[in-house]
Amino acid sequence: MTRKGRRLVLIGAALTVLGLAAALVLTALNDTIVFFRTPTEVAQRQVVPGERLRLGGLVEAGSVVKQGATVTFVVTDGAAKVPVAYTGMLPDLFREGQGVVTEGRLQPDGTFAADTVLAKHDENYMPREVADTLKKSGHWMEEAQKGRASGAGGGALTQ
Amino acid sequence: MALIDIANPTRFLAWSGRVLPWLSVAAVAVLAAGIALAFTAPADYQQGETVRIMYIHVPFAWLAMFGYSMMAASALGILVWRHPLADVAHKAAAPIGATFTFLCLVTGALWGRPMWGTYWVWDARLTSVLVLLLLYLGLMALRAAVDDPGRAGRAAAVLTLVGVINLPIVKFSVDWWNTLHQPASVLRMDGPTIAPAMLWPLLTCALGFSLLFLALHMLAMRTEILRRRVEVLEARAAEASA
Repeated sequence: MTRKGRRLVLIGAALTVLGLAAALVLTALNDTIVFFRTPTEVAQRQVVPGERLRLGGLVEAGSVVKQGATVTFVVTDGAAKVPVAYTGMLPDLFREGQGVVTEGRLQPDGTFAADTVLAKHDENYMPREVADTLKKSGHWMEEAQKGRASGAGGGALTQ
Repeated sequence: MALIDIANPTRFLAWSGRVLPWLSVAAVAVLAAGIALAFTAPADYQQGETVRIMYIHVPFAWLAMFGYSMMAASALGILVWRHPLADVAHKAAAPIGATFTFLCLVTGALWGRPMWGTYWVWDARLTSVLVLLLLYLGLMALRAAVDDPGRAGRAAAVLTLVGVINLPIVKFSVDWWNTLHQPASVLRMDGPTIAPAMLWPLLTCALGFSLLFLALHMLAMRTEILRRRVEVLEARAAEASA
């Protein structure tokens, strides 16, 4: 083997080892790298009330109630639900059926007291007319389902 | 003419001198068309007019990744083939890549504030892109810190290849972990999730910024080659007068 060939093999081997090491570290740290917990995870892990965490999911349709500056809504991932209370400004994208990430503490009564609400938008981009046409022709949910299926990795929330 | 002849620094100066003006004109023309298309593209059904930041944010993000990929290829050229032009290409790409990464982060923050409700969160996508910027800056600092240009180039090449690990992390962070950043809309297995009326302006902008990146890189490589020649001439002159 030539010297160039040897160098190439050496670099290839070093990068493979490095890649494996990185993969192991990232897998081990998976729990800390995820940005938020879904309602299902919160239920399964039996989160201690008072512990600070981020809760992410979809705002359940029809669950938003505003009383003065305080708003309550239900965050769902389709399987489990957590009622959330929040006082403050909501981002523009906050609406029913929209993905949100809330940060706060779980209360002893099972509700979630949030001090931050961030809106999560999906990977679908289209003009308003296209969205209206899709809704009118009844294809809207198909698109949404497609988005959900493809974005499901790691519990990512889409439409 | 074989590839190795084009890669000879003198030949490179000759052919890049002819190509660069055309490349620059093409970059400005395509970029102007792309920006015009971005302003006439329809507003998004959810994000309204704010979606127009996408037409610059996404190309910046792609080129931030492209710049690093190119530096990684140059790093192989430095370490395996010890080619002088690979070293020039590697050194010239770092500040340009760092600038595009920085612009990606800034436009992302300005987009995040109205849409998400925050300039910055420490989710996997945003954090890994910040790491990419730090890698670029670290590579520039490393080159500046070592006096011998040959050793500086080889050290930077090794660090570049180590940092390649970060590229798949940036790309797949939105799929591997849950993040505030949404998953990919264009480069995905099941095809783009952007309406054609918005995809074409985006691709035009991306082509324009790519041509701009290549033109800047070619110019920076020419400057670096000439700077090295001046250094050699100065050293010879100093020797002769001594």
